[in-house]
Amino acid sequence: MGADKLLSFEEAIEKYEPVLGFEVHVELSTKTKMFSGAPNEFGGAPNTHVAPVDLGLPGSLPVVNEQAVRYAISLGLALGCSIAESSRFARKNYFYPDLAKNYQISQYDEPIAFEGEVEVELDDGTLVRVPIERAHMEEDAGKLTHVGGATGRIHGAEYSLVDYNRAGVPLVEIVTKPIFGAEDRAPELARAYVATIRDIVRSLGVSEARMERGNLRCDANISLRPRGQEKLGTRTETKNVNSLRSVERAIRYEIQRQAAILDAGGTIIQETRHWHEDTGTTSPGRPKSDADDYRYFPEPDLLPVMPSKELIAELRAALPESPAAFRRRLQAEYGFTDSEFRDIINANLLVEMEQTVAAGAAPAQARKWWLGEILRIANARGVEAGTLITPLHVSELIALVESGQLTDRLGRQVLEGVVAGEGSPDEVVKARGLAVVSDDTALLAAIDEALASQPDVLDKIRDGKVQAAGAVIGAVMKAMRGQADAARVRELVLERAQA
Amino acid sequence: MPDEPTPISAEQVQHLANLARIALTPAEIEHLAVELGSIVDNVRKVTEVATPDVPATSHPIPLSNVFRPDEVGDVLTNEEALSGAPDAADGRFRVAAILGEEQ
Amino acid sequence: MDLTRLPASELAGLLSTGEVSSVEATRASLDRIAEADGDLHAFLHVAGDAAIARASEIDQLRRDGRELGPLAGVPIAIKDVLCTNDMPSTAASRILEGWIPPYDATVVARLRAAGMVPLGKTNMDEFAMGSSTEHSAYGPTRNPWALDRIPGGSGGGSAAAVAAFEAPVALGSDTGGSIRQPAAVTGTVGMKPTYGGVSRYGAIALASSLDQVGPVSRTVLDSALVHDVIGGHDPHDSTSLRDPWPSFAEAARAGAASGSLAGVRVGVVRELDSEGFQAGVRQRFDEALALMQNAGAEIVEISAPNFEYAIAAYYLILPAEASSNLAKYDSVRFGLRVTPGETATVEQVMSASRGAGFGPEVKRRIILGTYALSAGYYDAYYGSAQKVRTLIQRDFAAAFAQVDVLVSPAAPTTAFRLGEKLDDPLAMYLNDITTIPANLAGVPGMGLPIGLAPEDGLPVGIQLMAPAREDARLYTVGATLEALLHESWGGPLLDRLPADFGRSAARESGQPDHLVPAPGPGTEPDGGTA
Repeated sequence: MGADKLLSFEEAIEKYEPVLGFEVHVELSTKTKMFSGAPNEFGGAPNTHVAPVDLGLPGSLPVVNEQAVRYAISLGLALGCSIAESSRFARKNYFYPDLAKNYQISQYDEPIAFEGEVEVELDDGTLVRVPIERAHMEEDAGKLTHVGGATGRIHGAEYSLVDYNRAGVPLVEIVTKPIFGAEDRAPELARAYVATIRDIVRSLGVSEARMERGNLRCDANISLRPRGQEKLGTRTETKNVNSLRSVERAIRYEIQRQAAILDAGGTIIQETRHWHEDTGTTSPGRPKSDADDYRYFPEPDLLPVMPSKELIAELRAALPESPAAFRRRLQAEYGFTDSEFRDIINANLLVEMEQTVAAGAAPAQARKWWLGEILRIANARGVEAGTLITPLHVSELIALVESGQLTDRLGRQVLEGVVAGEGSPDEVVKARGLAVVSDDTALLAAIDEALASQPDVLDKIRDGKVQAAGAVIGAVMKAMRGQADAARVRELVLERAQA
Repeated sequence: MPDEPTPISAEQVQHLANLARIALTPAEIEHLAVELGSIVDNVRKVTEVATPDVPATSHPIPLSNVFRPDEVGDVLTNEEALSGAPDAADGRFRVAAILGEEQ
Repeated sequence: MDLTRLPASELAGLLSTGEVSSVEATRASLDRIAEADGDLHAFLHVAGDAAIARASEIDQLRRDGRELGPLAGVPIAIKDVLCTNDMPSTAASRILEGWIPPYDATVVARLRAAGMVPLGKTNMDEFAMGSSTEHSAYGPTRNPWALDRIPGGSGGGSAAAVAAFEAPVALGSDTGGSIRQPAAVTGTVGMKPTYGGVSRYGAIALASSLDQVGPVSRTVLDSALVHDVIGGHDPHDSTSLRDPWPSFAEAARAGAASGSLAGVRVGVVRELDSEGFQAGVRQRFDEALALMQNAGAEIVEISAPNFEYAIAAYYLILPAEASSNLAKYDSVRFGLRVTPGETATVEQVMSASRGAGFGPEVKRRIILGTYALSAGYYDAYYGSAQKVRTLIQRDFAAAFAQVDVLVSPAAPTTAFRLGEKLDDPLAMYLNDITTIPANLAGVPGMGLPIGLAPEDGLPVGIQLMAPAREDARLYTVGATLEALLHESWGGPLLDRLPADFGRSAARESGQPDHLVPAPGPGTEPDGGTA
């Protein structure tokens, strides 16, 4: 690992054209599994979310989850795909201990969705159309834990343990056609593509799409061909690159690695490669060979899925706006510049923004709070900003500040309270007693107290040195523990001087 | 397809046994090569009438859209799940170290 | 009164009036098993006390005045291919030795719910691959008509148990004739329902698109009664039909009562009545046709030209599906594990376990199926076989446009000798020629005894076939034919079953006793196989 020779990225791109392809697996968020009534839930004690089918018990039979089919069709439609009039399942036969039946029920020659296109937006707003070959339904495998040996990895382990809780979780595998023309932006496109798929499945509500949980997994194919050559180069498939950042890095690494080999007159081996997050490198996995004979054949235990035109129309009508269209619409509505808007997208806060504005906040205020204080807290804690507070609470908070009931500074304290789980902004204001003191009597009392210790201030003001009021205002604010409107205090001090 | 016999080599049988993950003795392999050759000679008769205009039938009674509602059922307890396991530990099935990679 | 000799329908009558208790009936069956199964080895597991306990529960329910199904309290034997949550379910394979599933097959759950009393699990060819029950990992079952003969297969255990009065009825499974052919060679009745008519959930799969569970009995009515219990839609089996089914028992009773086949058009399939069939089989078949004609049936000769390709298609489709269905036996979650040395990897453990756990016929078919599905051969073999399936369905459609039922001998010969075809898989496969077309097309088929072959005194069966979903028609026509035959014989064929299972006949014909193989070992450590 790490011993690979690399060409510089710039030189690699100058000499070779990268061709990309992606297989993204999306775990659907159905209640139960693809072919059994066992719960589809992350975690749980090992082998407790299993039905006979999930363990491949003799005599058990699969039955298709209708919700999974509906989700798969919706996803196919959102990817701009045609939905097959007749689609069927097939068995992919290979032995592996995490595969209970030693075949995976997948789709082969008749996928549920085919021939689509996804619009992907790069960081600078450039739009790239990624062609989709197919999206098909299949089942997930169980989980292996390798025990013994130092690394917890497969090599050197003494034995392995198998948990089939994940076995049979419904998946949709989205396969792109070869993607040409990305050039030096190939790594960025890779990240943006996966982010787009994530946004699409989230907006559809068909998957939680949490990459860290493996809800969304990306296998990235890449090949290089010398400039001017028509024939595609040999590709590698980098497996399970499980964060957006890793997708970008892995593609970049593979381009540099392959280019170095080709540059030295070598040949690329068609193989799977493993991404190592820690070192930022890939290492060789299983070579593809003639021995890969999956012996696909139509799954005899299942019948064709033939979605009616009515069902497809119903699901199409229920599709949410595409993320790209959504973005264009919001930017126009908010009147943000490209750069203002991109900050929101890059912070992955568009949906939160939209909901905050929908709840009544002004776009500029919403942007200020989300990209400001909330993002600051999120970054400090290393979590997604959207997980800290709901858009509704943000809009309530903004309303409190706008109406003068809170100062910005108090608003930040209220935010802290909401994030800490103390309740809604109103509840935090009440519980912490944070409201601005708007009672002039209380303010005047505090002013008089401050003036008592600084008797010369009023004279200075009368002499035209209005800035002398600052010392009194500061003292009052301190006495009121910040819960006063400084502007009002100033007005009152000036009134006193004229009295 | 012509009528000449289809010899199946021992290597071919070994390859098939690897795909099917069955350890065979050399004697079994030799024996199977001969038997398979003669069986295949007989069954390839299907190619005589399987012309391109004939559609394939994979289910004897055609049905479609057979679905299950997305409702929990048939869940086994951990004890039931492991009841037939040759070896288990920590609620999981235990197997010897794995040589090959995930597919 | 010997309770074991009663058909289930009559026993059920006595049970419902309280003249006989289920405990008495069950004990009679268990005693008969203890007496006969040392010779026959029809059972791999005998429920024993558990059966008595269940029978006693049913008797109590009856005393409590509870409403019970028509077969409540009747004992039943269950082919070992079906999952039972209280008995080992091994499909007669070493690889599943001792395995007790955590769930019941749907048909088993239904017969339990109907108050039937499971007697035990019956022997079969390993994973139902075979036509003789010689491929059982636990030793063969012998034919009660002659102990040196095979009882048919794969369901030889269920057929022998019923023929020898060890059980009034049994469950079988039929992928290419495994219910009908054993029925034919043991003088019993067996029904393969329309594909999808009976749930496959919990039936250990051989070939998913061909397998069908069905009843085995001594009378047509008994099969119908059992079919009524186990049939109907099951949401756990995607291929299960949602059709409403008529009462098969009523259909059988109507057929037996009418005594007439007037207006019934009976098609004789030319391709299933070959010159090469045993003379005595053809003779009895012709006599049965004459009997039907006399009863008013119109006999029509039918040609089904593509049936000629049925065996070839079957021996591609079955091994292909089986090679995949049997991949789950890998020693990880259940079943035999063989560890070849300390440092063996899981891959080596799987290979060794499968090498040791599967018998020769299973290995042969898995390798054949792997070949048929592998890259470069799929289209020529598996793909072509699926097309032949279409052609066979067309032949059936054309035939049923002309006739109401199709008939053929149920098997080309009477029961052959143990060991006779064991070394010649092709000869064994050809034995299924008559039964396979029904599985490929999914239509129902019934095997029914029509006499003993003059040359060897062994049972001969007829096969009746009807269009898909017309199972009731087979019960009606079958029961009529059965009634006519009983009338002509003066009683059921099984009245002529030799009390010593043909031992003396074998001696007279000069067959030395040692040709009769010793009983094989059972799955039970306590020797509970009897």
